[in-house]
Amino acid sequence: MPDLKPVALMLLLLPVVGFAQTTQQKGLEIAQAAKAFDKGFTDFTANMVMTLKNKSGKTSKRLIRMRTLEVEGDGDKSLSIFDEPADVKGTAMLTYTHGLKPDDQWLYLPALKKVKRISSRNKSGPFMGSTYAFEDLGSQEVEKYSYNYLRDEPCGDWTCSVIERFPAYKHSGYTRQVVWIDNEGYRIVKAEYYDRKKSLLKTLNATDFNRYLGQYWRPGKMDMVNHQTGKSTLLEWTDYAFKTGLTDRDFRSQTLMRIR
Amino acid sequence: MRAAVFCACLMLVPAQLVAGFSGNIALESLNFSESAQFEDQLDDNLTLSFQPKWDGEWNDGADLWSAEFFVRVDDKDSGREHADIRELLWLHIDGDNEWRVGINTMFWGVTESQHLVDVVNQIDGVEGIDGEDKLGQPMIHLKRYQDWGVLDFLILPGFRERTFQAQEGRLRGPLVVDIGQPEYESSDGQRHVDYALRFSQTYADLDIGLSWFEGTNRDPLFLPGSDNDGNAVLIPFYEQMTQLGVDAQLIYEDWIWRLELIRRKTRSNDRDAFTFGFEYTFYGIFDSDMNLGTIAEFSHDNRPEGQAGVFNRDLFVGGRFAFNDAQSSEILAGLVIDTDNQGRSFRVEGGRRFGESWKGTLELQIFSDIDSNDVLAALQNDDHLLLEMAYYF
Repeated sequence: MPDLKPVALMLLLLPVVGFAQTTQQKGLEIAQAAKAFDKGFTDFTANMVMTLKNKSGKTSKRLIRMRTLEVEGDGDKSLSIFDEPADVKGTAMLTYTHGLKPDDQWLYLPALKKVKRISSRNKSGPFMGSTYAFEDLGSQEVEKYSYNYLRDEPCGDWTCSVIERFPAYKHSGYTRQVVWIDNEGYRIVKAEYYDRKKSLLKTLNATDFNRYLGQYWRPGKMDMVNHQTGKSTLLEWTDYAFKTGLTDRDFRSQTLMRIR
Repeated sequence: MRAAVFCACLMLVPAQLVAGFSGNIALESLNFSESAQFEDQLDDNLTLSFQPKWDGEWNDGADLWSAEFFVRVDDKDSGREHADIRELLWLHIDGDNEWRVGINTMFWGVTESQHLVDVVNQIDGVEGIDGEDKLGQPMIHLKRYQDWGVLDFLILPGFRERTFQAQEGRLRGPLVVDIGQPEYESSDGQRHVDYALRFSQTYADLDIGLSWFEGTNRDPLFLPGSDNDGNAVLIPFYEQMTQLGVDAQLIYEDWIWRLELIRRKTRSNDRDAFTFGFEYTFYGIFDSDMNLGTIAEFSHDNRPEGQAGVFNRDLFVGGRFAFNDAQSSEILAGLVIDTDNQGRSFRVEGGRRFGESWKGTLELQIFSDIDSNDVLAALQNDDHLLLEMAYYF
């Protein structure tokens, strides 16, 4: 008589495998819920003061105005207009973000009056000499990562899900990120970034959250510390405005020529 | 009473009408390493330039205005002392149409070493030899956005003459170009009205532009002549031209491929020219934040040596270091090699920010092994170092 024990064991295990949620699934579901929670903001504008601090505490400042348009079924369109430092005043960067496909990106150079299409390949490069990489500031589409739920733990006044995410897009500077996202408003309050050698590179802390239109949470401050260089960059967000009436027309590459 | 009326009028002007003021003031030092080839040419110079810009909007941003001026003050070099209106513009936005009326400066094209399709604005020749400093052009310009591309219609009344080095200026030929007596093929002369049309569109990673220009050629021919004192000079002669231009850029991974192609018909010749090449970027070199872009571009021009300008059959190779640091430090080094006579021209440009408002730039230009028949032969003693410190506001 054949030994039926392994078959019986498999039958017993099947429902468990079939119905229990894996940590990967749970991580993905939280990312999907966060995206769904933020859906429908249509557009927003905000001003950003960026303060770069080097190891010895010396600071330098940038003023950037941001405009973002939500795009149904694709990544957002975003426009960054530089007001300071004065030598780059009038420079503007337009990005059409995509999920796994490379982003489309244009730069307007006011000294040459030239709109230049640039490569978005430089994902891991620093944005304006700061501790933020381009990939840290792009719109966070669900399909850009694979996920793994780790645990729940308190984070300030809230309870956070701690999730690992692994970049699925090409040319990331990270092997993984650990993200603390609160279970109530899906605010990312903290993130750790691990470099290609898998060592801790940077930590982001976001604070001073405000809720807009009774729905959308945005941080007032974001501080990114690079542990390997000792540099940090503080972003201070002000003048958030949602549903301002921006349209596709405001995000065309050739309209960069008249941005002010 | 009068004061009260004045105040009331001021209140009627929307607050945002005058909104922006920016610009820079820059001190430039120029030093030539060898003594001059021609009489009266200077060996060093110190000059000051000022470029202020004002802008504003009204009607909720549907109407905008902007004014940008350029002034260079130069004690030693009368050719470089000049002023220009780079921009004095009214812009009206009406849905998918943008109207621009006034004086404007624009840029067409994609290649790095030469700008063949960029013909709307005249070159401000005394400001640099790369053709990227341009004089403001009067225009009526309609930009129309369509699903299938962007169309630009331009009417260009009024022609701007190119600026040239004077007697005391370096980087010129043996004979001075007399800007006081330009000649034109068209009997309308400087008042000839030119037309231009451009179509541009992005197809995924490919950008295409097609342009057409009909009017006064911005590049003059030179006729022998004499000035008021009887000295031999060159007289700029501006022909009529029709130019068809194509520009294309393709981005793929670490590569950017670029092409510019023109066919220019004038009475004196039919010119076919192109520039084609790539930029390949190494990201995060030496385990740092630094990027190195390597550029190679080949240029061809069907006109014979001596007539064809710098780029007749020439190869440009260059490297662009972007340090991606807080000071936005950058170095661009480029070498132009004439593939016919092995003449070389080498140039390094570097720049960085100092503090929040200052920017320093350095330019080193070296000419070597220049063939005596090449247009660059006149510049073979003009190796120079330019240092500029600019204050931005």
